[in-house]
Amino acid sequence: MKSQSLFDKVWARHVVVEETAEAPAVLYIDLHLIHEVTSPQAFTVLNERGLKVRRPDRTLGTLDHSTPTLKADAKGKLPYASREAEEQVAALIRNCDEHGVELLGLGDPRRGIVHVIGPELGATQPGKTIVCGDSHTSTHGAFGALAFGIGTTEVGHVLATQCLLQRKPKSMRVTFFGTLPAGVGAKDMALAMIGEIGADGGQGYAIEFAGPAVEALSMEGRMTLCNMSIEAGARVGMIAPDEKTFDWLKGRDFAPKGDAWDQAVEEWNGLATEEGAHFDREVEIDVSALAPMITYGVSPDVSAAVNAFAPSPASGVERHAADYMQFETGKAFSEAKVDRVFIGSCTNSRLEDLRAAAAIMRGRKVKRGVVALVVPGSEAVKRAAEAEGLDRVFIDAGAEWREPGCSMCIAMNGDAGAPGDLVVSTSNRNFVGRQGKDVRTVLASPATAAACAIEGTIADPRRYLEGAGDVA
Amino acid sequence: MSREPFSKLTSRTFVLSQENIDTDQIIPARFLTSTLRDGYGKAAFYDWRYDANGRPKNSSIFNGYNRETHKILVAGPNFGCGSSREHAPWALLDFGFRVVISSDIADIFKSNALKNGLLPVTVDDATHRRLLASPGIEVTVDLENESVTIEGLGEAHFKVEPFARRCLIDGVDPLGHLLNQVAAIEAYERADR
Repeated sequence: MKSQSLFDKVWARHVVVEETAEAPAVLYIDLHLIHEVTSPQAFTVLNERGLKVRRPDRTLGTLDHSTPTLKADAKGKLPYASREAEEQVAALIRNCDEHGVELLGLGDPRRGIVHVIGPELGATQPGKTIVCGDSHTSTHGAFGALAFGIGTTEVGHVLATQCLLQRKPKSMRVTFFGTLPAGVGAKDMALAMIGEIGADGGQGYAIEFAGPAVEALSMEGRMTLCNMSIEAGARVGMIAPDEKTFDWLKGRDFAPKGDAWDQAVEEWNGLATEEGAHFDREVEIDVSALAPMITYGVSPDVSAAVNAFAPSPASGVERHAADYMQFETGKAFSEAKVDRVFIGSCTNSRLEDLRAAAAIMRGRKVKRGVVALVVPGSEAVKRAAEAEGLDRVFIDAGAEWREPGCSMCIAMNGDAGAPGDLVVSTSNRNFVGRQGKDVRTVLASPATAAACAIEGTIADPRRYLEGAGDVA
Repeated sequence: MSREPFSKLTSRTFVLSQENIDTDQIIPARFLTSTLRDGYGKAAFYDWRYDANGRPKNSSIFNGYNRETHKILVAGPNFGCGSSREHAPWALLDFGFRVVISSDIADIFKSNALKNGLLPVTVDDATHRRLLASPGIEVTVDLENESVTIEGLGEAHFKVEPFARRCLIDGVDPLGHLLNQVAAIEAYERADR
């Protein structure tokens, strides 16, 4: 039999009806995650057609995009951005209730950003197909799941049939060689990868990330890398499960228990890509000399080392980006003044991310005039961070410690920059206006974002490494 | 927004030549709190059309747009990248577009567009360059023959996934198609666990 890739195996196991020239495959979905923004119209279609949710037991809801990250007032009222936002939250509560779908709602200790809670609860597992009306669903691929974002019409399809009509995409393997230098992490690898492939280079592909530098990453790091597959245009990014994956999942709420666990691990061990499996495209990246990365344009593929100088725009698209971002050609990025720092989002809001930021902010102060927001990815991350005193580190430094949610990544809950602000953000998109009208976004790792908050300019986190001299 | 059938359309083009027009440009996230499927046209390209105070921008390229005559959007490469929000095709349709032509259209956007009767058309680079250079030119998009005919400049061909094409031309309902597979789905579920 032909050698199979991780993706080939997970795909083949979920084909209900094979694809033909006339029709796509019917692909079975093991886990459907839903949130308040992209689900209401799908439930409307269901209700109009008199359909039920086929598998409420395979559907899990959370509230994250429109929810405030500020606490409720004395009367218990949450500061929603608008009445419409509040109604959107109410609609998901109502829809989940009517259709018997479990919702990790406000006040639930398990609530959080959809791509943080799936893995955290152990609902995300190797070999599963996972979808959500959210492009960063690729995050779950870190566990060897086949996970991708879908639109609202398709959310309706999955609610009604637990299946999707899909054609098998092409395959790409991105192999990371070498050992990451100190102070450089998964986010920097992700930005380097997107820069290499381009913002549309992954279109039509499912990516597998492989190689020693990927195996060396923690599960959190792997999630960060897979999360950003879509910024290279690929809906799917996945990594073969290994001992780290199993250790991370063991004992979590939704993970198999007892004999079922042993059986699952045995099955998961057989998922890895076989020698000689075919990929339509192969990309190799050496991380040995990688520096902390920042973006300086308005597309995630426009990036440079944090200690670099703003290049001269070479094309129309670069000129447009340069006009918007206002980095002066030939000047060091480190001369750019930062107005706001956001540490959070489904890319970088997990405990490890907060630890990396806290390591730099501990005993230091956020530069006067800089607003720094730290938003944990889930209630569980928040509790764990508080248990080790990270909240105090941030608050003592002068940063704000908020309630879990998507917050300034998508800036639809009221958390946003002011026009003209330069925001250093650990999120995933630096699009024009993404973090508020006329806000200029620089994407970076949690360590780099923390260093920027302290210095009030674009800053190299490596100078804060223990025992570091003046690297920059 | 109900799904609208599509077979053939002749209209003038409206050109946005920029690369990487992401779905946050097409409809900013702050307009996504609605739970309805229609009414998003007023938010389409909002920040390209209005200033921070909500006043129309004098410099907006959309000042030259007429929804009655410009139903075909010609856009730079990687159109529709970013967020999976289906509000993007909903907004474009409600604004007046029925076709988007580019050299390269993002996967999730393409899938969403097809399900709503907004036809995504990917053409070769030479045709794309010609279209970008000729804003307002009359173009006929024929889904049956998968052809784009440009006034005075010739014809190009494109491909649309066959099932989506049939859905658009014949009004086949993809959810209905899936619901018809229920026996196979049940068999899969029985065998699976």
